[in-house]
Amino acid sequence: MKQIIKVSNVKTIFDEKVVHDGLNLSINEGEIYGLLGPSGCGKTTLLREMVMLQKFHDGNIDILGHSLRNINHNDAQTLRKEWGVLFQAGALFSSLTIAENISLPLIEYTNLSKKMIDEIVAFKINIVGLNVNDAHLYPSQISGGMKKKAGLARALAMDPKLLFLDEPTSGLDPISARDFDSLILELRSLLGLSIVMVSHDLQSIYDTLDRVAIIDNKKIAYEGTLDNISESNSPFIKTFFGKYNE
Amino acid sequence: MDSSTLKLTQTESTLTLDFSGELTLFTITNHQETVKSTSFLDKSKVEINLEKLTYLDTAAAIFLDNIYNSFSKHSIEVSFITSNQDILDTLELVKSKKGMHEPIRHKKEITLIESIGKYAYKHFLGFLAFMSFLGELFATKMHYLKSFKNFRFKEIAFEINESGIKAIGIISLTSFLIGLVIAYQSAFQLKIYGANIFIVDMLGISILRELAPLITAIVIAGRSGSAFTAQIGAMKITEELDAMRTMGFSPHKFLVLPRILALMIIMPILILIADIMGILGGMVVANLDLKITTELFLDRFNEVVAAKHFFVGIVKGPFFAFLIATIGIYRGLMVKNDTQSIGFNTTKSVVESIFAVIICDAIFSIMFTNLGI
Repeated sequence: MKQIIKVSNVKTIFDEKVVHDGLNLSINEGEIYGLLGPSGCGKTTLLREMVMLQKFHDGNIDILGHSLRNINHNDAQTLRKEWGVLFQAGALFSSLTIAENISLPLIEYTNLSKKMIDEIVAFKINIVGLNVNDAHLYPSQISGGMKKKAGLARALAMDPKLLFLDEPTSGLDPISARDFDSLILELRSLLGLSIVMVSHDLQSIYDTLDRVAIIDNKKIAYEGTLDNISESNSPFIKTFFGKYNE
Repeated sequence: MDSSTLKLTQTESTLTLDFSGELTLFTITNHQETVKSTSFLDKSKVEINLEKLTYLDTAAAIFLDNIYNSFSKHSIEVSFITSNQDILDTLELVKSKKGMHEPIRHKKEITLIESIGKYAYKHFLGFLAFMSFLGELFATKMHYLKSFKNFRFKEIAFEINESGIKAIGIISLTSFLIGLVIAYQSAFQLKIYGANIFIVDMLGISILRELAPLITAIVIAGRSGSAFTAQIGAMKITEELDAMRTMGFSPHKFLVLPRILALMIIMPILILIADIMGILGGMVVANLDLKITTELFLDRFNEVVAAKHFFVGIVKGPFFAFLIATIGIYRGLMVKNDTQSIGFNTTKSVVESIFAVIICDAIFSIMFTNLGI
């Protein structure tokens, strides 16, 4: 199996607080990989470092064959077109409608005709389970769940190989959350995506993830499949997964 | 409010505290004083009778627990008398969860020198951040200039309309009124000396050179500078800026440069409008108060006010616009992840940009005078 992300010895320091002290993990092509851990352990920070929103202080992150340390502007731009990111609250551009949000990368990066772009947008809206009739609405006019779906559609606009999700099910009701899980599984099999996500939702963790990394106490406490997780002796893992395994 | 009473009964060796009613955080303060003022050191046994208590909340339980501890510290035998299980449970809960062996530290005390140091260092960092913002801006600008296609005309046009065209009304009105006021005040003085006609020289030079550009800049700083900060700050809070970055859209290219360019383009035009309206205001007063007809006013204007005064005013426009837009946007980008910092940065943005405009105006003033313009 091909590795698409390799994190080696990453160190992160905020002011005086050490957040990560030598993280190592690797993510394979085609898997749904979860970053888990207690709140404040730096899961989202690691995700933000992977998508070049934040700098790390030592170590290296390799993504799709590019090393993020000393990456130049052009390589960074190429990389950014190869992934999609879904933020916690969707982060749709509030001055644009749903359709305009999804079409923005297509307009900026391709020279497709308007008609073709409209067709692609309609397809992406359908694939995430939104109604095409809502495409003209602005982000302020739609619900939280719809915002996440629209954000996902925008992340998928350029047909990325890699998808980053920051707490995709947080703030959704249990039914929508389960729907979102099955949507993610469906998209993976339809589009052959590799997915990296941060999650707190146990049900979603067990339903969707192939492999996980658990960050606890600045280090990786566990990496691997969920089946063997009870063998680990990190206190966080014991309390978090304990009840579920009983 | 429900009240509770405390009755103290003392015998030779025993002190009995009888609590009754509802003991809650509203009622314990008085009892605390009663207990404090009671001497108990000669007693060997204390009984706290809670039999008549109907309700005990956690704050009151902490109070009782404290009494208990202070008595037992003096090796006095203490006992609670109650058969109410709820009250016992509350006491037990407080005992097990109190866990405050040392008081919570509220805020670290810092010395004056430390706070001066921190303040200075914070501002130094702020200055460095502003410099790096300008550097990035310059780099983006260079990238922009490589190709004509890079200019985002749609965004620039949108911003020109938002911050320029829509501000024409308020700028016209303000400068008209300023022209009116200045003329009215000086008319009174000029009449004393019979120097009525000099109002034209005075208005022409002061409005064209200084007042129109300054008033325009101040209105724009209050109107668009604050809007830039708030818009970009809100985008930062909703992670829209992060989303742009991960999609490979540089916020500098999409948000920053269009706003700066738009303001730099429209500012001279707004100053021209302010010039016209200011002089118009002065003309009205000159006509009504000093009996200078419009024709005479314009003749004199043509004669004494050189074109250079007009150009000095207009040239300032793009510089003021650059300052207002960069400070407004920079402040927007400085917004942290809380709503309070939007307000803070918006205030700062307006204050700083007006200040910067006035400093810049002073520099221009000295420069032009020394150059003999």
